[in-house]
Amino acid sequence: MIATTMSDTATVNSAARPQGKDRAAKKRDPMVWVIKPAVWVLCLAPLAWLGWLVVETIYFGGRGLSANPVEFINRYLGDWALRFLLISLAVTPVRILTGWKQVVRVRRLLGLFAFFYVVLHVANYVGLDQFFNWEAIWEDVIKRWYITVGMAALLCLIPLAVTSTKGWIKRIGGKNWNRLHKLVYVSGAAACLHFFMMRKGLQYEPLVYAAIFAGLMLVRAVEPLKRRFSA
Amino acid sequence: MLIKHRKASDVLGSEITPKSVFDDRRRFLKTAALAGAGLAASALPSLPAYAARTKLDGVVKSKWSAESLPEDDPINSYEDATSYNNFYEFGTAKGDPKDNAQDFKTSPWEIMVEGACAKPGKISFEDLIKPATLEERIYRFRCVEAWSMVIPWVGISLGDVLKRFEPTSDARYVYFETLLDPEQMPGQRAPVLNWPYKEGLRIDEAMHPLSILAVGMYGEVIPNQNGAPVRLMVPWKYGFKSIKSIVKIKFQKAMPPTSWNEAAAREYGFYSNVNPMVSHPRWSQASERRIGELFKRKTLMFNGYEEEVASLYEGMDLRKWY
Repeated sequence: MIATTMSDTATVNSAARPQGKDRAAKKRDPMVWVIKPAVWVLCLAPLAWLGWLVVETIYFGGRGLSANPVEFINRYLGDWALRFLLISLAVTPVRILTGWKQVVRVRRLLGLFAFFYVVLHVANYVGLDQFFNWEAIWEDVIKRWYITVGMAALLCLIPLAVTSTKGWIKRIGGKNWNRLHKLVYVSGAAACLHFFMMRKGLQYEPLVYAAIFAGLMLVRAVEPLKRRFSA
Repeated sequence: MLIKHRKASDVLGSEITPKSVFDDRRRFLKTAALAGAGLAASALPSLPAYAARTKLDGVVKSKWSAESLPEDDPINSYEDATSYNNFYEFGTAKGDPKDNAQDFKTSPWEIMVEGACAKPGKISFEDLIKPATLEERIYRFRCVEAWSMVIPWVGISLGDVLKRFEPTSDARYVYFETLLDPEQMPGQRAPVLNWPYKEGLRIDEAMHPLSILAVGMYGEVIPNQNGAPVRLMVPWKYGFKSIKSIVKIKFQKAMPPTSWNEAAAREYGFYSNVNPMVSHPRWSQASERRIGELFKRKTLMFNGYEEEVASLYEGMDLRKWY
């Protein structure tokens, strides 16, 4: 999704798509018949694996969810939420670096999957971990900074998910829509910070995620400069 | 010392329990393979300590044995207590200690005793344990991360051990240190904490009858991942106070530095007593998840040992001295 720009969409439509909207051409479009289904399968795979671990734990005495399944599920979903957020933020840099314009067409799908895992992560916290103890949840949100920051990351994503349809792009206009969807950068930064703050001591793993995020932002920042100098 | 090396014909209590076998194919295979290796190598005296789960003999019951355990505190499974814990020297994930500590060498092991005492010096693990009685101590274990377990430790009274070194009147605190060995402890290769791990107790806390040096769990030698060969266990404090794989004990006048306090002073105080009324910047400490239970339960003052230890802190503002 999330930061699809109208110009991107326009380029893709005119340059890469076959002329005329005949169905035969669409059927031959590998984006529709190969890449998008593959993205669906790959994006659902972590959830399917978690589902299997739950089944294995309940029915076969497996220990894949560790001694503390609620914590395991929380961290597993949080890890994947952050990973998918970074993957969706990597679409534009991939286009810039490789020139493969078609890739932009999976951006919305990836962004919505990122949102999907964020929602599951928070649902696990609210439902399983806190068991809908709203008082305790509110206290967490206002008192524990890493949770405050995490909630901010979620809040930034909600309007983006809501306005991810073509109808909404039309309704608010491409320019405003683009501006709104810049919020994903805030969300990505907040998610990285949330992960860093949540870990105790000085740990490398959150720094790796933050470095990847910074790298993706850097590619975006350098692009317009490069264009200006080469033009 | 009352540690008997396991003969192939010996049956472990845990082997009678089918759960531990069913639960973990990996451990089952490992035990089976090592039992075979043990047979072949039984003549060699230097069989690594991890080669078999070794039963401890002569463990006596204590005031904190099963008989006095509250009904709603069932003992956690061996599998839970040995596969899910924090021991950052072996990695920061809960399963890392078990995965990375299997080859950890715990014998020979020496402990340096120094500072304000009449009999400082180096003492071998065996000499430390020999004069003491191994007691079963079933304690609630409360991690600062708001999870808890009930674990049957085997240990010796810390107070009795410390008295043997004849601490002087300057010994107002006891400082403990974990082994520093990045080659064996992969977690120490990253600056997660200011290694080596450091902890401390006030002398009256250390002398308290609840405080033990644990050398076993579930009637067996303590597994490497749980702090072998000897760790502290002070059940009324958050788990990180109970320092593992101890190589140094020092009596001193000043309050000693502790690793977590150095890492984040606002989060981890020197005392770190379990206290549901004082919330931590990361976790409300009002409740906890007992491992094996879905719903949280209320956290008890001093982890339920209020009657025994509250007098240690009379007149102290526990909000200030968290």
